Amino acid sequence: MQTDKNLLKDLTPEIEKTSTSWYIVFSVFFIIFAVGVYGLIQQITKGHIVTGMRDNVVWGVFIVNFIFFMGLSYAGAILSGALHLFHTAWRRPVIRLAELITVISLVIGPFFIFFCIGRLDRLYYLFIYPRIQSPITWDVIAIMTDLVGCFIYLYLSFIEDFAILRDYKELDVPNWKKKVYKTLSLGFTGTPAQKKIISSAKTIMATMIIAIAIIVYSVLSWIFGVTLQPGWHSTIFGPYFVISAVFSGTAIMIILMWIFRKIYNLEKYITLRHFKNLGVLLIVIAAFYGYFTFSDYLTKWYGSIKMDSLLIDKLFSDYSWLFIFANYVGILLPIVIIGLPRFRTIRNITISAVIALIALWINRYLIVVPTLETPFLPIQDSREAWNIYSPTWVEWSLTFAGISVFGMLFMLVSKIAPIISISEMQEIDEEELLK
Amino acid sequence: MDEINNNDTKSNSRRSFLKKFGIGVGIASVASVAGFSLAKGNNGNSYSGDMVKLLTPDGKLVEVPKEAIQAVKLDTDKMKEEARKGLSGKKFVMVIDLAKCKNARKCVDACQEGHMLPKDHEWIKLYLLQENSETSRYWFPRPCFHCDKPMCVSVCPVGATYKRHDGIVLVDNERCIGCKFCMTGCPYSARVFNWKDPEVKMPEGHVYDPELTIPPIEGTVGKCVFCADRARKNELPRCATACPMGVIYFGDLYEDTVTNGVETVRFKKLLADRGGYRYREDLGTLPSVFYLPPTQRMFPVERGIDNQTDEIKERYKKAGPR
Repeated sequence: MQTDKNLLKDLTPEIEKTSTSWYIVFSVFFIIFAVGVYGLIQQITKGHIVTGMRDNVVWGVFIVNFIFFMGLSYAGAILSGALHLFHTAWRRPVIRLAELITVISLVIGPFFIFFCIGRLDRLYYLFIYPRIQSPITWDVIAIMTDLVGCFIYLYLSFIEDFAILRDYKELDVPNWKKKVYKTLSLGFTGTPAQKKIISSAKTIMATMIIAIAIIVYSVLSWIFGVTLQPGWHSTIFGPYFVISAVFSGTAIMIILMWIFRKIYNLEKYITLRHFKNLGVLLIVIAAFYGYFTFSDYLTKWYGSIKMDSLLIDKLFSDYSWLFIFANYVGILLPIVIIGLPRFRTIRNITISAVIALIALWINRYLIVVPTLETPFLPIQDSREAWNIYSPTWVEWSLTFAGISVFGMLFMLVSKIAPIISISEMQEIDEEELLK
Repeated sequence: MDEINNNDTKSNSRRSFLKKFGIGVGIASVASVAGFSLAKGNNGNSYSGDMVKLLTPDGKLVEVPKEAIQAVKLDTDKMKEEARKGLSGKKFVMVIDLAKCKNARKCVDACQEGHMLPKDHEWIKLYLLQENSETSRYWFPRPCFHCDKPMCVSVCPVGATYKRHDGIVLVDNERCIGCKFCMTGCPYSARVFNWKDPEVKMPEGHVYDPELTIPPIEGTVGKCVFCADRARKNELPRCATACPMGVIYFGDLYEDTVTNGVETVRFKKLLADRGGYRYREDLGTLPSVFYLPPTQRMFPVERGIDNQTDEIKERYKKAGPR
């Protein structure tokens, strides 16, 4: 198998030797992670009293992060899944990135549920005493299926790359890494039969992960939807959550493309075209997402149901700035910036994606917290923390730990595997030769 | 048992109360589950004459020879199984007469003492409600409603909270994983979470029983249990007996009888005569707790605030139409 040496060097910048900046960034991430671990130890030893959660707002930032990270995993479903099925050529340099986002965020997401659980030592009860009536059990099944499916899909795309790295004799890496490549490439030599098997397996998995992803996020929304709480008890929640997940998946994709392009000098491979295409996808999704948000809140606001009115009053008074940022700025600004061709630069598209992502996180917060602060029976409590939820440093430290683990896992993967799929890039070259 | 009696002098009333209570439960459980087993003094065995007084489950004081007493191992598995099933042929209901409630808070105290709750855990909570600006305010005691279609039970992923034959909804704190889904599921905010270690010292040999939910376990959910342990002994819940106004009636739907300890009345007739209703019937959870509307109240509502501590007064500052 012939591989362009320059291509390989470009796409595997950290495999042979580790740069100083890699160590610096990794250490920073690690310190943030360590603070999070300290916060978790505090929470386990002293109890959940160290968080801002109390009897009314029993779910706080942890659940927000859980929904948020699960939503990021949609990057894979939409990009590697849908774009694979439609044989879109431009997706090739970014497909690996999308798959990594999917798997890594799927691994991180459930940890935030663990942080929220009072008795972590009894977590296995979910498996030995499962009750199928509970949406949490649906969630356990769906997330596990999704994880397995996405791992398989990611691995399928790695096999050819591992074979390339195995066959590349001059690669200056320790022996254990070479052994890893040899084992993981499963004896792939690039025969037409092998290629055909991998290709059809990928197509099957691409179809499946799209379906599973829709199920996972719908089930997640039903954890809220099935309850009687004002603001949660909504039939629109399934599709609404799915569309907002695609929204965040696309946004994180744009942001990571920008970061990788900068730090690994991938300007040649990730171009304005990628940003434009994903930017257009982002505003189409933003339009849908804005439409869902509008119709959800309009029906609550227009009617006269007491609990809905109380909730809307709360959103437009105590939470008015967050509400405006999450549901006006976060949706309209990306549409305006990316929608007008003269603003459509790589930098602007990335800024829009960052705004969209932050706004979406706040939107999640506004779904979870104000509802719990508006129970059917009024909160009559003299304790401030019981009336209004405010997250403590423990919750923030674990939130940032989650983000830093996201970064660390990306950095670790870049040590052993190409961050852009070499095999996919080679196919582009072959296609160009055929022309 | 000797140890318990000896300690009575130096322990405070709360502790001694609980210890006595512990004995009561011990005997009741043994009797109902394992059977009260005394070695029979047959075969012509003669006893030395040392006699011990014991209280039987049905409340009789008996004397038995000391040698004849055998320790009975509590069949805890069987006990927990019974706590899951509940009493057959019963359907417990509660009626709360809002006309009589003056926020004396005796129900809260009795409940907290009986279930060894930390002071900030209220299984029965007193709300000051007002439907709208035209109607008057009234006190609203809220225990767990023990719904017939309980949202909390539906959403529990591990079956830690369950509904029994007799209508009581309980939480098994040894099963609960603390996901708090039941707390978001309950539309009545009836559940509390043990955010930290309650630091309750238990009498030696105490066995956890979901009917009592003692001790509260950190990281799990607690709530009003309708005093299931007392129901088993044919007694009224602690809140009902503690109430000086006789606000809380408790009884069996099948017998069509409820009592507040002073008067016993026909359940259906009481509801019919006084216009009984359930809180938020529209949610369809079918509560087992019924309310009698606050008509012709005996005390002005302000009396419930005036005599309270600042902490309690603070709670009701913002109470108003809603």
